[in-house]
Order: sequence, then structure tokens, then C-alpha cells
Amino acid sequence: MIPSTELVLSLYRTMIQIREFELKARELLHMGKLPAFIHVYVGEEAIAAGVSAQLRPDDYVLSTHRGHGHAVAKGIPLRELMAELRGVAGGCNGGRGGTMHIYEPGVGFLGTNGVVAPGIPMAAGAALSAKLRKSGQVAVAFFGDGAVNNGAFHEGINMASTWELPAVFVCENNLYATEMRFNRATKNINVASRGAAYNMPGVQVDGNDVLAVYETAGEAIDRARQGGGPTLIECLTYRWFGHHEGDPGTSYRPKEEIDSWKNRDPVKKLREQSLASSWADATAFEEIEAEVTRAVEEAAAFALASPEPQLATALDHVFSS
Amino acid sequence: MAEAQVAAQSVRSQDLSGTRMITCVEAGIEALREEMKRDPAIFYLGQGIGPRGGNFQQTRGLWAEFGDERLRDTPIAELAQTGLGIGAAMAGSRPVVDIVFLGFTLEALSLIIQQASTIHYVSNGKIKLPVVIRAAMGGAHGSGPHHSHTFYSFFMHIPGLKVVVPATPYDVKGLLKTSLRENNPVIFLEHMALYNTKGPVPSEEYTVPFGEAVVRRPGKDVTLVAVSMMVSHALEAAEILDRQGISVEVIDPRTVVPLDKAAILRSVAKTGRLAMADEAYASCGFAAEVAAIVAEEALYELDAPVRRICALPAPHAFSPALDSYLRPSAKRIVDEVTAMMNA
Repeated sequence: MIPSTELVLSLYRTMIQIREFELKARELLHMGKLPAFIHVYVGEEAIAAGVSAQLRPDDYVLSTHRGHGHAVAKGIPLRELMAELRGVAGGCNGGRGGTMHIYEPGVGFLGTNGVVAPGIPMAAGAALSAKLRKSGQVAVAFFGDGAVNNGAFHEGINMASTWELPAVFVCENNLYATEMRFNRATKNINVASRGAAYNMPGVQVDGNDVLAVYETAGEAIDRARQGGGPTLIECLTYRWFGHHEGDPGTSYRPKEEIDSWKNRDPVKKLREQSLASSWADATAFEEIEAEVTRAVEEAAAFALASPEPQLATALDHVFSS
Repeated sequence: MAEAQVAAQSVRSQDLSGTRMITCVEAGIEALREEMKRDPAIFYLGQGIGPRGGNFQQTRGLWAEFGDERLRDTPIAELAQTGLGIGAAMAGSRPVVDIVFLGFTLEALSLIIQQASTIHYVSNGKIKLPVVIRAAMGGAHGSGPHHSHTFYSFFMHIPGLKVVVPATPYDVKGLLKTSLRENNPVIFLEHMALYNTKGPVPSEEYTVPFGEAVVRRPGKDVTLVAVSMMVSHALEAAEILDRQGISVEVIDPRTVVPLDKAAILRSVAKTGRLAMADEAYASCGFAAEVAAIVAEEALYELDAPVRRICALPAPHAFSPALDSYLRPSAKRIVDEVTAMMNA
């Protein structure tokens, strides 16, 4: 495809936002400014950016433990997101959720998730609701290769296919479920081929090529929206860092493998491709980079300045009125 | 004041003489029909709940009326069924997820506890979870260990879930209607042996609020707390005990979350004795929770140690003789309350 300058810059902005956000979160974590642990999305930015660029603001996304990228791409403001990672009052969920439990229904974001795979049937449920309400909305579930050997994957996409729900299932196959290499976890390492098991289109795409992801996701999302049922998309990708911060990710992954994937940097790829094809010029990229750096710094400052949640609110929202 | 309230409640529960008699199954169908007509956001997911009308006939006639879109037969996939219900609720629908047998909610427990119960809270109130998880509990003779569970107290342990355990057709209808208007996950558990029992149910519109116990029988010597199937055993036992000169007050909380503590404490203040008839196990169960509440808040009202009359701690046996022995019966309640009075 030959993308417009506007599209190129928009995709680039989202990817750079994710990357800078994640690197800043990582930095704050290592400084002891964020509690607990985080799962960083660096290396996989093209998937969240490419898919989300095809979504309407009211479309739904159900994400994973490695979900900051999806949250950024769906439009949660960086400052509220960083504050949520810090567990403070200024977070989009007042600090109650944190990294693996981020919700912002205002932009259709129905949660990162601390559990592997339940987002798959839950996305099917959001899609079912959309279908019953005839709202034209689509629901997307992101999940890793670790989810596809879990029963929730099978049960959820089987029902989505059977009921022709407006859903898209995006597998971010980064080759490792925590430390378990995919070919040790299954005899069928072609996730896309599993679509056939549910009579659902299954497509494999280079998950580090944002334009390829954008195009593939666009077809699937359009089909879903028009009543053509769900699609399984397998995006081949890799995470640059360990499973979570604190895991170096090097005891189970060869250095050459890590280096070779870093050479396939999705952010750099779009930039170089665009410059070579004159889709956009260097100044435009630099402007975006500077702007995003400022926004991420501002988000970090906001998170660091935000107060702890009021203890008097600890029992609020256990039940809705 | 307290006496007057108790009296008023017991009058209300008896105020239905002359009303038409229908079964729990019929009462549930009426609740669903009325609420589905009122609110297009409600739909129903379950196994065999479409043309077949439900394993217990609990949706009989609804598919013909509301069609495939709103009465959706699912594969035998409780995890996905529940996950779809939760996702749909997050997106603004009001699903009923019928798991049919309580034991099979275990296949979906992660979804219920890890997702449904937490999302409203951790989203800081931004997302509502109006989903009703419906199942039948308890044993009919010969059901064996997988189809006979009564562990409703599992769900009491988890903040964020409401737990409804009706004993009469009146309450099935009124509480199911309330459940369908709730903005929270509701675990709605009927006893399979009660499905075809009849009781008075008015034709007029009504709902039953959560967290309001009813005094099924007033008494002055012993407070006997019971829910679901155990209410009828408790009433039968109370009748026999009455002839022995022991006056038993039977309290049915109807919902165990929220729990009407005040009604139990009021009754204990009057009787000075507390027994619980509970078809679930004693360990960490509903009866244990009621005992703990009374110990914390009304210990000095008690004239005797509390008594938990529960299922004996073994899996549910297939043999009808063993199964009946393991579950609390009216006879066991009589024996235990008598022993309590004589201690």
C-alpha cells in the first residue's frame, strides 16, 4: 500500500508514544517510583498502533498483562495512564487498577488483564452486545501466544465464530509465554492456521510492519463491522525486554535472537521506509519525537505529583448503586 | 419497635392467602418475561434454554416469545458463556448466564471472581457489571457428587458479588426481578428440589428488595436461620418442636449478600439461642458466618452455644440413603435443637 503522509505520521506518533511511555515507565520503576512490576511492550508497538488506527473511538479493546501499548493506542491520556501505573489518585482508575487492570470505557478500553486469555471470551461478549444493540461497534481482543493453548481461547473464539460476532482476535506472537518458547508449548506453531478449526479466517502478518498490520486489521475490522464475522490475526513479533521488569529475558532467549529482532525495530522500519519512499520528511518525524518526549515527561511529572488515593475511599465502588 | 417490625414482616409473608398458586419455575419465567419486555438490554445465555425451555423448564416459552437473539443456546462451555456474559455487561447489555447446575460454575469461577467481582471496583466505578449468573443447587435423589453442590457460601466470600438464595415462588419472582435491575453481578441460586413446588404469587407487579430477611415463623425459644430448601425443613422441624413445647423462630435471609444482620440479631435478642440449618458444609460456610456475626455483635444475648446444622463433611453420595443422611433433614434439625435446649 502507499500510505498518505497523514497516516504515516499518525501511526508513527502512536508507536513513538508507546515506546517513549514504556521506556519512561521502566525508568521510573527502576528508580523505585512505580510499585510492583510491569510488562513492557517495547518491540511490539506496530500491532497496537496498526490495529487501533482502524478502530472507532467507541469500538472495544480487551487487552493483556502487556497492555500499556493498547491503552495508549486506544487513546487513554498518557498522564492518566502513567499515574495509574503509579497507583495514585490521578490515574484513570484512581490508582485502584494499576498496570494490569486499566479501564477507560470512554474510549472503549475494557481492560488490561492480569489473567491470560479471559479477554478473548469477554471481547466476544462485548461484540455480542454490539450485535444485539445493532450499534456497528467492533470488539478486538489482543492476546499473546501464551493464550492460544488455554481453554478460554478455544471456547471464546468458537462462540464468536458460531454466532458471527463482530470481533477481531489479534494474537501477538512474541515467541515466548513468559519463558516458554512457543514450539515447546504446542505442535502447531502457526496460530493463524487455527482459524480453520473454527471455520474463521486466519491471517499471519509481520507484526513489526505497522502498515501490514494496519492493512490486515482494516480488512478484518471492516468485515466484522459489516456482519461478516470474526477473524484471527497472528502478528509475528518479539519483546525486547524480559517477560516483566526484573526478568532479564536472557536465560531462555539467545542473544543473537534478541539482537536480530531489535534490528527489525518497527518504529525505525516505518521511519526509514517513509523517508526512502518520500511519504514524509525527516522534519516531520523529528517534530513528533520532540512533542512526544515532552508529553511523556509531562505525564511522568503528573504521575509523580499526583497524591495517593484517599484511604477513606477504600471501600467505595465495591458495588455500584 | 423491633418486635413490631418482626411481627409486621411475618404478617407480610402470610398475607398472600387467596392468591394464585404457581411453581418456582413458573415464577422465574414470569420474572424473566416481564423484565425482558420492559428492558431490551436483557438477554439470556445458557445450555438448552432455547427451544428446549431449559433443563428444569426454567425458560419454557421464552424462546418462542423472544427468539434466538435473546434466548441463546450455548455450547457446553461455561467459561466462555460466562466470559461472554461479562463482556456483554461491560458493553451495556444485561445478560443472564444460566449455568444450569451450581457445580458447573466452577468451570467459570475465574471469570466470576477474577473479572466480574473486581471490575467495577478497580475501574474506580467507571464500568458497571449487570450480569446475573443463574444456577440450580442442592440435590435431588441420586444426583451424585457433580450435580448436587450447595456451596453458595463460596460467593459470599468475595466482595463485589450479590448472592440470592430464594425459598419460595414469591421470592423467586420478586428477587429475580430485582436481580435483573441490579447494576452488579448477582449469583442467583435456586434449589432444584424447589423448582416444582408451588406457592402464592400475586399477579400484580412487585419486586423483593435484597438484604431484607423474612420471619417465616415467629417463636421465642430458638432462632433458626435457614435459606433455600432448608426453609421448608426448618418449618417442618419447628412444627414438631412446637408440639414438644419448644418455640422456634425461623428466619429466612433470602439474600446472603447483602445479609440482613439486623433481623438475625433482633431475633437472637429475643430468643437467646441461635441455630442454623444449612445444606452447605459447616466449614467456612454461611452458618459459620452467621455464628461469627452473632458472636461478635450479640454474644451476651446468647443463653447457649450456637448450633450449626449442616451437610456432613463428605462428597455428595449417589445412594439416596447416604445422600439424605448427609444433608440436614427436618428430623436432624429437631434432634439438634432439642439437644441444644436440653444442654
